[in-house]
Amino acid sequence: MSATREPGFRRDGSWVGASVPRREDPRLLAGRGRFVDDITLPGLLHAQFVRASVAHARITGIDLAEVRATPGVVAAYTADDLDLGDITAVLDRPPHEFVPTAMPVLARDKVRYVGEPIAIVVARDPYAVEDGVEAAIVEYDELAPVMSDTAALAPGAVLVHAEAPANTLVDVSLFATDGIDEVFAQAERTGAVVRVQAKTGRQNALPLETRGVVADWDDRDEQLRVQTCTQIPHQVRTVLSRCLGLDERQVRVTVPDMGGGFGQKCVVGREEIAAAAAAFTLRRPVKWIEDRRDALTAAFLAREQRYDARAAFDADGAILALDVDLVCDMGAYSCYPFTAGIEPLMASAEMPGVYRLPAYRVRGRAVTTNKAPTGPYRGVSRPQCVMVMERLMEKAAKALEMDAVELRRRNVITVFPYRGVNNITYDPGSYLESLDLCEQVLRDEGWYKVRSDNHESPDRVIGIGYSCFSERTGYGSGAFAARKMSVVPGFDISEIRMDTSGTVVVTSGTMSHGQSHETTMAQIVADRLGLDINQVKIVQGDTDRITYGFGSFASRSITIGGSAVAAASVRLGEQLREIAAHLLDTDLDNTELDGDGGVRLRDTPDRGMTFAALADVAYLQAHLLPKGVGPGLSATASFDVMGDGTFSNATHGVVVELDRGTGGVEILRYVCVEDCGVAIHPRVVEGQCRGGIAQGIAGALFEQVNYDETGQPLCPSFMEYKVPTAAEIPDVAIHHLETPCAFTESGAKGAGEGGTIGAPAAVLNAVNNALRGTGVELDNTPIRRESVYRALEGTYLD
Amino acid sequence: MKPAAFTYHRPGSVAGAVGLLRDLGDDAKLIAGGQSLVAMMNFRLARPEHLIDIRRVPGLDQIRRDGDSLRIGALVTHHAVEIASLGAEFAVLSRAMRWVGHLPIRTRGTIGGSLAHADATAEWCLLAVLLDAVIVAEGPAGRRSVAAADFFHGVFTTALEPDELIVEVVFPRPAPRAALTEFAERRGDFAIVAAAVDLDLPRIVLGGVATVPFVAPVSGIGRPGDQYHSRLAEEAAAAVRVRDEPGVSAHYRRGLVRTLVTRACAEAEEIR
Amino acid sequence: MTEIQLIELTVNGERHELGLEPRRTLVDVLRHDLGLTGTHVGCEHGICGACTVLVDGAPARACLMFAAQAEGSDIRTVESLAEPGGQLSDLQRSFTEHHGLQCGFCTPGFLMLAEGYLAERPGATKEEIREVVASNLCRCTGYQTIVEAIDSCATRRRIASNGTDCAAARRSNA
Repeated sequence: MSATREPGFRRDGSWVGASVPRREDPRLLAGRGRFVDDITLPGLLHAQFVRASVAHARITGIDLAEVRATPGVVAAYTADDLDLGDITAVLDRPPHEFVPTAMPVLARDKVRYVGEPIAIVVARDPYAVEDGVEAAIVEYDELAPVMSDTAALAPGAVLVHAEAPANTLVDVSLFATDGIDEVFAQAERTGAVVRVQAKTGRQNALPLETRGVVADWDDRDEQLRVQTCTQIPHQVRTVLSRCLGLDERQVRVTVPDMGGGFGQKCVVGREEIAAAAAAFTLRRPVKWIEDRRDALTAAFLAREQRYDARAAFDADGAILALDVDLVCDMGAYSCYPFTAGIEPLMASAEMPGVYRLPAYRVRGRAVTTNKAPTGPYRGVSRPQCVMVMERLMEKAAKALEMDAVELRRRNVITVFPYRGVNNITYDPGSYLESLDLCEQVLRDEGWYKVRSDNHESPDRVIGIGYSCFSERTGYGSGAFAARKMSVVPGFDISEIRMDTSGTVVVTSGTMSHGQSHETTMAQIVADRLGLDINQVKIVQGDTDRITYGFGSFASRSITIGGSAVAAASVRLGEQLREIAAHLLDTDLDNTELDGDGGVRLRDTPDRGMTFAALADVAYLQAHLLPKGVGPGLSATASFDVMGDGTFSNATHGVVVELDRGTGGVEILRYVCVEDCGVAIHPRVVEGQCRGGIAQGIAGALFEQVNYDETGQPLCPSFMEYKVPTAAEIPDVAIHHLETPCAFTESGAKGAGEGGTIGAPAAVLNAVNNALRGTGVELDNTPIRRESVYRALEGTYLD
Repeated sequence: MKPAAFTYHRPGSVAGAVGLLRDLGDDAKLIAGGQSLVAMMNFRLARPEHLIDIRRVPGLDQIRRDGDSLRIGALVTHHAVEIASLGAEFAVLSRAMRWVGHLPIRTRGTIGGSLAHADATAEWCLLAVLLDAVIVAEGPAGRRSVAAADFFHGVFTTALEPDELIVEVVFPRPAPRAALTEFAERRGDFAIVAAAVDLDLPRIVLGGVATVPFVAPVSGIGRPGDQYHSRLAEEAAAAVRVRDEPGVSAHYRRGLVRTLVTRACAEAEEIR
Repeated sequence: MTEIQLIELTVNGERHELGLEPRRTLVDVLRHDLGLTGTHVGCEHGICGACTVLVDGAPARACLMFAAQAEGSDIRTVESLAEPGGQLSDLQRSFTEHHGLQCGFCTPGFLMLAEGYLAERPGATKEEIREVVASNLCRCTGYQTIVEAIDSCATRRRIASNGTDCAAARRSNA
């Protein structure tokens, strides 16, 4: 099958840059993918959890007698029965900056959120196991629940963790420019100081496939074989071996097809450890599939943050200083491996964004509450940082009576590399160009005229809003070490092997969960070796086949993983040339890859050997190999980024229509001008943009995890947790700019998160633009329809 | 999210279903389309010990004109009504169906199931009250008719006896100037407020403002036009008794009533 | 007391006799008793649509039906779309051409939704298709490419059956 190549977008003749048919598609379309719940094993048992029914309590008794007597139930275990080590994520920071807290696999003496696992029940079928779970009796001595960041920080608040005073897990002040207060004082007199106080709703990353695992012990391999849908297979292996007291070689983690992750599957889950432990204890295969109610109430959540931000501007609109106090409600536990620092540390570092900011002060805190714990979610804090910065820009423009786009133009970084006040070096991007183009597109499409034509409409008002932002991708060891994580993710290792057919299998420590790595990484390898992509098989998600890896998150896969597979491919190419030079009796310098699965001579291009012929020698005729060249064809390479990573960037432009009669918000137009360097597969990049934007819109307008005052979650179903549908998400027009990265192998930058990062700010700005003249500004997300209604009606109450 | 165990029955006739209901008492539940019930069973919020599947009971899946009236069998699906040619007299029913969940729900859910479930924002409940529908139920003593106005008693409770089932719904008069509209944040959701109007009476029925479909008292007929519509809307908004609820204040809900009644009136007017 | 009931199901044209607890949902029986794992479970309360299959030709939620209720009906799942040799159908090919899937978990549900809908309404407009696509949830694509894939497939089918796409004309006459 020859792949079709889209003409025009990038150079001809290479796989990189072509939107080839995805390698993943045929099986997924035919219903022949293999997701974790599709796996069955002889004698498979099914697990579910007895979970906390109250938010904060000491456990005074657990009675599982009725559970064990339930027909079909095979076993039921509490924390005491399994005796597992805790999951503890650590930052190497002093106690006043970080308090480590242990997350037991099953709750022992205390529960800290509704849905916390207390006991695991194992039964012969997935129906009987729920009968068993229902029969459990847990007695509690209830404690007052801590249900908000303000309650957590209030003097005398009940403590969620005894070891964390003031319920504070992280309290860092990473930057404080000398003299910043004087800058604000001066700006008050001669320019403008604007302030944003914003709160963002708790969200669920919500992969459509919930979490799940199938585990069994294999005597012959002396291994606990764990098939789990995780973004970080090696970290799951590490934690499993430590919790169970096994050597790492005794645990094999493999990952089947994954139905999304978006960060929620980027942390080690208590349930996957418990289910594996039950399989180990019983020496029988055990499956756990999270149901949707548990996924909505007890899985890792994200995004609930409160900002108090001030920015100083001079009279010409140049930003002078930024002062931010931010508090992240991290729920009941620190996630592994990132810790509760994930959101405040990200926000503190990335807040200045695309602007030339001379002075910066920030305090970032993570507080613990009696809600389900939080983990990473696509964009991690940057949707909020960008939203706050872009609101500050809008408010400054208003205060200075300037056009908000013009104000941004005066402030975006235009000279690269740029060393920021946040000690980060920004590599080249197209901040100004993307902003200009985005505004131009909306202007040319006539939206400014539509807005003014509808100015007097009794039913509807129209607003236009922008967000201009960058996204740090390709976080290497350097960037994560700066966070002082005890686990420093960063590098990636790739191994490539060629078989006697002349085709290759390439491993990557990244873990695709929808990002198309089987296709895009194959494109990179195919270009490096001159193979057809169908002769390249990418292998991910197997701890026995891949030396070590950190999985897929933080838009790192193509930048770091893609660079590693490229480097390994280049090494294999050198080996092939060396063997060919020997067999064809010429100098190494006189050989080159022929771009069609072989090696040829530079001086006589019609002479050469196919890879299959060379591989035949390497394996089956090894006596013909040159001296010093061992048998076989394989190469290993690693890649890391020791600097600050590479920045993708984009500008989003949004047109909204507000309905005066209902407060309804409709997005009429969405334009995204993005720059992720060299796009390996433009259509995949566009897919990442559109999907990311949909999730950003969801956060801006629809989704929020709510609790009542006793800590009961108020969204156990999709009736309450409002994931938007095709009726709410608009089409997105995408325009590409290309500023290649100088240090990744293909010039690519990450593209996974930008859509989600930029959307809330653009939507919020558009809504507020439509509300101009009402005197109301809405800075919290998700935007409530009643707030819009009241703002337009003139009855808005803060 | 797996349902508790139950015994499954599939009677071949209405009489058979009634007999089972009589014999099994409160432990039994009817299932037709099951689009609300099965979800509740999966959450174990409903756990009948006996499930009586009436979907295959013959004779209850017809839509037919009978003089001025339209008779819809209890097992007719929302989607069947959506795509039926009911003429201008009853087109309001087909148009309203697009507000019922989504297509794969409409292909299974039935008019009888929806009325028996009696969610106060459900489109069929509002339409039945709006159009003076008569709900025909069969029990051990035979058939009886209940006016829609008398059918809904409260949250998920109706005039049906435990051993009765709905067999047919009769819409006794054409309603060429009727319309239903709703507002929810997301397509397919239960409405925050739904408004159904019949301009010929005039009558306004609201969902989302009471535990049963609420008939807003409005003064007599006026002349078509915006002011007439907005007068009806004001009267309806003034009539509802609602309280502040988390996320939706009484003020906002009343505002939605005003808007949706106005828009339903405009749609009903336009259709003619 | 686990009651077992004998149930006969016709799935993708094949008849199966099964002894089942009546509480087993159709989607669980398709996946775990018949091994047809292409149909996915996403929410078990009828909203996400990952389990959408055709019941007598109409798209329906397999999580909101007990298998026992499906006796006597003709059930079709995603496994029925491709040719036995693996050749994808025009609808499936359209999804790949338009990048209508990423992780692929929701995809079988969207395929069956579209398969049922286009069979009933081959002349559907893009806006009508969008409204039907709103029946199911996708977390990866933002929906645009799903709508485009289905719309493009519908257009091609119309052209194939008429020699030209005169659906728009037909609709305006209707």
